[in-house]
Amino acid sequence: MLGDPGMSRRSADVVVVGGGIVGAACAYECAAGGLSVMVIEESVVGGGATAAGMGHIVVMDDSEAQFQLTSLSEKMWNERVGAMPAGVEHLPCGTLWVAADEEEMAEVRRKQAFYEARGVPVEVLDRRQLEEAEPHLRKDMAGGLLVPGDSVVYPPVAVSWMLRECGATVVSGLGVITLRDGGVTLSDGEVIQAGVVVNAAGAKAVRLTPGIPVAPRKGHLVITDRYPGFVRHQLIELGYLKSAHSSSGDSVAFNAQPRKTGQVLIGSSRQYGVEHSGVDRPILSRMLRRAAEYMPEITGLTAIRTWTGFRAATPDKLPLIGPVPGTQREWLATGHEGLGITTSLGTGRLLADQILKRTPPIPVEPYLPGRCMHE
Amino acid sequence: MRRWDVVVVGAGPAGIAAACGAAESGARVLVLDDNPAAGGQIWRNDAAQPWLERFAESGAELRTGCVATDTLPEARSYVLATGARELFVPFPGWTLPGAFGLGGMQALVKSGLEVAGKRVVVAGSGPLLLAVASLLRKRGAAVAAVVEQAGRTAMAEFGVRLLMEPEKLGQGAGLMMSLWGVPFYTGSWVESAMGRGRVERVRMRCGGRVVEQDCDAVAVGYGLLPNTELAALLGCHLAEGTVVVDEWQETSVDGVYAAGEVTGIGGVEKSLVEGEIAGLAAAGLQGQAQRLFAKRAKTHSFADGLARAFAPRAELRKLAQTDTLVCRCEDVTRGALEGMKSWREAKLQTRCGMGPCQGRVCGGATRFLFGWGADSMRPPVFPVKVESLIETRQS
Amino acid sequence: MNRRVTVIVDGRPLQVDVGTTVAAALWNAGVTAFRHSVTGEERAPLCGMGICFECRVTIDGVEHCRSCQTLCADGMQVKTS
Ligand SMILES: Cc1cc2nc3c(=O)[nH]c(=O)nc-3n(C[C@H](O)[C@H](O)[C@H](O)COP(=O)(O)OP(=O)(O)OC[C@H]3O[C@@H](n4cnc5c(N)ncnc54)[C@H](O)[C@@H]3O)c2cc1C
Ligand SMILES: Cc1cc2nc3c(=O)[nH]c(=O)nc-3n(C[C@H](O)[C@H](O)[C@H](O)COP(=O)(O)OP(=O)(O)OC[C@H]3O[C@@H](n4cnc5c(N)ncnc54)[C@H](O)[C@@H]3O)c2cc1C
Ligand code: FES
Repeated sequence: MLGDPGMSRRSADVVVVGGGIVGAACAYECAAGGLSVMVIEESVVGGGATAAGMGHIVVMDDSEAQFQLTSLSEKMWNERVGAMPAGVEHLPCGTLWVAADEEEMAEVRRKQAFYEARGVPVEVLDRRQLEEAEPHLRKDMAGGLLVPGDSVVYPPVAVSWMLRECGATVVSGLGVITLRDGGVTLSDGEVIQAGVVVNAAGAKAVRLTPGIPVAPRKGHLVITDRYPGFVRHQLIELGYLKSAHSSSGDSVAFNAQPRKTGQVLIGSSRQYGVEHSGVDRPILSRMLRRAAEYMPEITGLTAIRTWTGFRAATPDKLPLIGPVPGTQREWLATGHEGLGITTSLGTGRLLADQILKRTPPIPVEPYLPGRCMHE
Repeated sequence: MRRWDVVVVGAGPAGIAAACGAAESGARVLVLDDNPAAGGQIWRNDAAQPWLERFAESGAELRTGCVATDTLPEARSYVLATGARELFVPFPGWTLPGAFGLGGMQALVKSGLEVAGKRVVVAGSGPLLLAVASLLRKRGAAVAAVVEQAGRTAMAEFGVRLLMEPEKLGQGAGLMMSLWGVPFYTGSWVESAMGRGRVERVRMRCGGRVVEQDCDAVAVGYGLLPNTELAALLGCHLAEGTVVVDEWQETSVDGVYAAGEVTGIGGVEKSLVEGEIAGLAAAGLQGQAQRLFAKRAKTHSFADGLARAFAPRAELRKLAQTDTLVCRCEDVTRGALEGMKSWREAKLQTRCGMGPCQGRVCGGATRFLFGWGADSMRPPVFPVKVESLIETRQS
Repeated sequence: MNRRVTVIVDGRPLQVDVGTTVAAALWNAGVTAFRHSVTGEERAPLCGMGICFECRVTIDGVEHCRSCQTLCADGMQVKTS
């Protein structure tokens, strides 16, 4: 813990609750704007969903607002990643959306049109080109869409780098128990005054700001030993559109990611209403069976670890970035679901722009908490 | 109907005794072990061992080469007898080929590694030191030195305890005789190993002096650490790195028993008697189990003496230099770990413990070096093929 | 006399006693680089009991096999890195 407990009351222009990637990015942007920043993390920084996530930096097309935030964020990642330490394991591997059949090829073309209309370079692969690009995929796939600008990172190291670089005061090992308009109380009783409090507590944000529409959505991942070249791009199936990965039931989808280490990270699953963080064997099994349908040889790789994480899901799949309705100094930066590694940087930017009353690079309205919360 | 009454994990002394206890009373028993053969650490390739003969006739079924994980076959009760591994304390040169663990060297020699004519330095702590030195000598090695970190006084106290157990004293004296003429240093340790492409020489701190010794291999181990991963995964309560059990050897999880080194390091007699009690209790034979309580108590007091006499000394924490590797899977140096506040932070920020050994080597080392506690346990207990994670239950 | 089996190590046939692990056989044959670490160091067995993963080699085409946990078998193909 930094700071001297014997000192008089501590305060900061901005107190960020939560040292995940979203909290770190908010701290970074606020500090860059000249504000004094304190980050409070109850466990270790970068240890929440941020440590569990896949670290895929991806431009998405679910909605215009999602596209704008992900593409702003991806640009920021590309500008910043060069300065980060090697431990960030940046791998510019691109995303390859895999189409199993002709129906999914239609989705490839829809995506292609969407991205091209917005200036994102993409490339449609036919069956043969897909086979060349990813030799371990099952041979009868129809094709795919390559988005070469996407990449992969290791988020916890990005978190510690941002916090170090920006000079924020980091208090770790102590949680915030209450959060008010203009201050927080820590679990040891200390009260910290803040010009603005930012609730960036991820899936736990709802404990501090009751009533926000954020629900935990559990996910499983498996990592293998090192098999360099086994997977070359971040692979995601397009079949999830049919398997209803987007509805409210439990679902799995094929997702395989190359790590800079040569390891293969295998996902993904989504479960609502599950509280315990242990590995659920049946859903893990389903997830891996799905992976084996796409990459039969994946079953022969050695898995060294499995884990779970909770995404903070909102009803409209967009994060909450901005003041809590009816308050001036209590802000939210949460609800990033399965995209928070990507969108953390854009989130920090939009949050700081609002606090500092600067003009944001994209409209903030779609992300304001007021859209789904009332006083 | 369930196929098994009792499933035992581990076919070392504890697991074998448990299996015998349960199977001889008619229970249907399955024993799983990840090694190619039964015997655990001590009875490796030891066909003459009477317990192995008894086990073969007990009616228990043995499955070797099989990693048990949290998807254990269905049974009424389980006995975890997963044993222990070595505590490795990093020192400069410990990653060179030819720098083995102490038990590691023993296991390798028992599985065919030839040492005839080779000069070997045997170092570390505890009774294993003499056992390994003696084995090496029997196989024709020139044991260049035996280097024990515990001081003479601590060892002498332990010797006094042994006097009360003549059988063990006899073993010790026999071992000492077999090592006649080998330099035996107490209160001493290997500081570093050197060589081009493999170990050629070690530097030892013997009392106040530095002694250099040419050698072909060095075997170093500082005692044992319980293999608690499976127990943790099953939700059993742990304390101080061991599985907590009640008088019946039952863990905090109903129907899950634990026996042997996994409940605390104490040697083969402790493992055997705990195993028998666990096996009998797991099969519902509490009365028979109870008769073994006094015998168990004796082994526990021996274990306490062992722990006191051979506790690794503080100086060993200074052996690893800034550039000495601590995590051998991910090549993380001590320097990279300085400043980290916990095992979890070290894992997240440096990849320490993220490799295939999953912290089995560096976890013990960092606990010793920095006092860090362990992280949560996630399946698989051991690296396994992806296909076996697809199965939701071992058959 | 002990029964012998032949394993092929990096293309070279090697006769060993039945019951010998691949780790012991390799070390006896003078192999000191079982694998290369992630920063390129040569590594050989440490624990002999399957926990350290230093003795990993490719056996019959399967990568990352722990040689100390594997018994030599006739015709087995072993590749070090
Ligand atoms: C399986 C899985 C895969 C994913 N894959 C990707 C991906 O490929 N790409 C992508 O962009 N995103 C991905 N995500 C999503 C991404 O991981 C999250 O959106 C992101 O990490 C959220 O960051 P955060 O900082 O909001 O939350 P967290 O990382 O959870 O941080 C919140 C922090 O707040 C702390 N905290 C909570 N309560 C308190 C309190 N009261 N006081 C003090 N501190 C507190 C917590 O300890 C925690 O450290 C994935 C998520 C999961 C679960
Ligand atoms: C390396 C080493 C060398 C030793 N040498 C000596 C010696 O020379 N003399 C002496 O008196 N004592 C020696 N000991 C101590 C001796 O091993 C113990 O006193 C006794 O063997 C302990 O018996 P056990 O049954 O508790 O454990 P172990 O003998 O260790 O047996 C545990 C068994 O469980 C298996 N196992 C563990 N986890 C799993 C899993 N998840 N799935 C399947 N199988 C699993 C292990 O592979 C092992 O075969 C040594 C210990 C070690 C660790
Ligand atoms: S030598 Fe440690 S796993 Fe084989």
